[in-house]
Amino acid sequence: MADIEIKDIIKKENLVYSKSKILTDNEMHYCPGCSHGTSHKLVAEVIEEMGIQEKTIGISPVGCSVLAYNYLDIDWQQAAHGRAPALATAAKRLMPDHFVFTYQGDGDLASIGTAEILHACNRGENITVIFVNNAIYGMTGGQMAPTTLIGMPTATSPYGREAALHGFPLKITELIAQLPGVAYVTRQSVHTPAAARKAKKAIRKGFENQEKKIGTSFIEIVSTCSSGWKLSPVASNQWMEEHMFKFYPLGDLKDAERDNEADYKKYIE
Amino acid sequence: MGELKLMKGNEVIAEAAIRYGADGYFGYPITPQSEIMETLMAQKPWETTGMVVLQAESEVASINMLYGGAACGKRVMTSSSSPGLSLMLEGVSYLAGAELPCLLVNVVRGGPGLGTIQPSQADYFQATKGGGHGDYQIIVLAPASVQEMNDFVGLGFDLAFKYRIPSLILSDGVIGQMMEKVEVSDYKPRWTDEEIQKISGSWATTGKTKNRERHIATSLDLQAEKMEEHNHKLQAKYREIEKNEVRYEEFQTDDAEYLLVAYGSSARICQKSVTLLRQKGIKVGLLRPITVWPFPSQRIAELANQVKGMLAVEMSAGQMVMDVKLAVNGKIPVSHFGRYGGVVHSPGEVVEAFEKQFLGGK
Repeated sequence: MADIEIKDIIKKENLVYSKSKILTDNEMHYCPGCSHGTSHKLVAEVIEEMGIQEKTIGISPVGCSVLAYNYLDIDWQQAAHGRAPALATAAKRLMPDHFVFTYQGDGDLASIGTAEILHACNRGENITVIFVNNAIYGMTGGQMAPTTLIGMPTATSPYGREAALHGFPLKITELIAQLPGVAYVTRQSVHTPAAARKAKKAIRKGFENQEKKIGTSFIEIVSTCSSGWKLSPVASNQWMEEHMFKFYPLGDLKDAERDNEADYKKYIE
Repeated sequence: MGELKLMKGNEVIAEAAIRYGADGYFGYPITPQSEIMETLMAQKPWETTGMVVLQAESEVASINMLYGGAACGKRVMTSSSSPGLSLMLEGVSYLAGAELPCLLVNVVRGGPGLGTIQPSQADYFQATKGGGHGDYQIIVLAPASVQEMNDFVGLGFDLAFKYRIPSLILSDGVIGQMMEKVEVSDYKPRWTDEEIQKISGSWATTGKTKNRERHIATSLDLQAEKMEEHNHKLQAKYREIEKNEVRYEEFQTDDAEYLLVAYGSSARICQKSVTLLRQKGIKVGLLRPITVWPFPSQRIAELANQVKGMLAVEMSAGQMVMDVKLAVNGKIPVSHFGRYGGVVHSPGEVVEAFEKQFLGGK
């Protein structure tokens, strides 16, 4: 066999993958096994492929992804805890030809920011919401989130979540799907290449819906938090498949345009 | 001369915002200021100037909508009354930290808690001492007439953008609800995208173009040393504002032997009190702070060399009087009078309080 040197392989025609130009070279602070890295990458790829870098405003939350603005090379607004949908509402209404998205965790979106997300979605703001649900507060050290499953131990439910003491896990995505202002609600994951490809398609659809002005697009990404769950990255994925997907099943919850639902039509005249 | 109208203080805020070329209003109903959003919704400025008007789900959402709009370099505003302002303070702190310009209006009512819907000046501390968390200031303008409600909309926005800081119109239920003759401003167009780039292009989040770094509107820095540096920058800005933007008005102070200090509707009442006292042969003057932050401390210190005593008159249990005392620094007696909890004092009550304090009663 002839000698093949590395320079013979690194050729443009052999290129099968490259980092999105929208991703910066900053080293990510996320833990091994965390879903944020892949989720960021998918959003970056969609922005690059749609060619909308100059017209995109990201709203980062409070939580692990508070520093998302270090990783995607677009303009960002860093919101107070839970208020990202309020910022996005104003940014989009004042600059309607721009693409505005929020990137929020489950503590941010489903607990302290419940009012803001429900009302932004109910008004049908033409924004895209990326909702990363790992059922725990990662940044503050693994406390119970509104989405924490029954029985799941956390720093503030050390004996496992009990409904009588802590209330029930909140299926906020199901609630959102009831609202007439919402065009598209889907639940995805990024734990396998196939899942990530599907999630990317969903994110792209969410951004494209902004051009159609048909209401809010809401993409939940059921995620892992190896550090918070105190499991290895591999075990986290297994635990997510076994427990999280059972309570938070993947798939589309609403696609008003596809299903030709009457409520979305009021937005297009 | 501009167009003359007979309007309520609250209504003229809305009128002035449209005429000034404001880009957005985000608010939540609360008495005694609901006419502001009602007037805007009735005028439908989105059909004329393109101004966005939105009734938010809460004051918390309103103030964060301001953050989103202000970060885009737009001229955005909200209005509320005392309990609503309390809810907004987290957002005001973020706006101050991220150095985002915007206009707030507080038509103050009696507190604490749900309090009353009647006029008050008991939010002075909240407005001038930061209010929210962290070391910050906002510019606070205190109108004493419906005319100034009109004028301070433009002034508030101008100062906000000059210094990248929130401005607050600290009004009260009297000024908000009363009708007066007002000369409204002429219509000015909203800023174009090009003008926004010229004015705020170095920081506004209008979309990252190839020829610049990405813009981030944030109040966060995890490194304490960097956050201290940011605080130094903020403090330097506040000293600059204190140097340049103090505004006040004097009434019969030339020969005054005593001084009343009052702002807003309390200053209107005190004008009458000065006249009543002068009719009795007592040489009293009035200093009206127009900016309550920055406070006219220097002028008050000067007047402390001239007069024998000062009476701070405000519809609170004694808040602005603290700033008067700091300015006077013990040189002469400083006292406080005011009805509060929603009660407005009369000119006669001020006269009585003055005589009791400085002339040993009648």
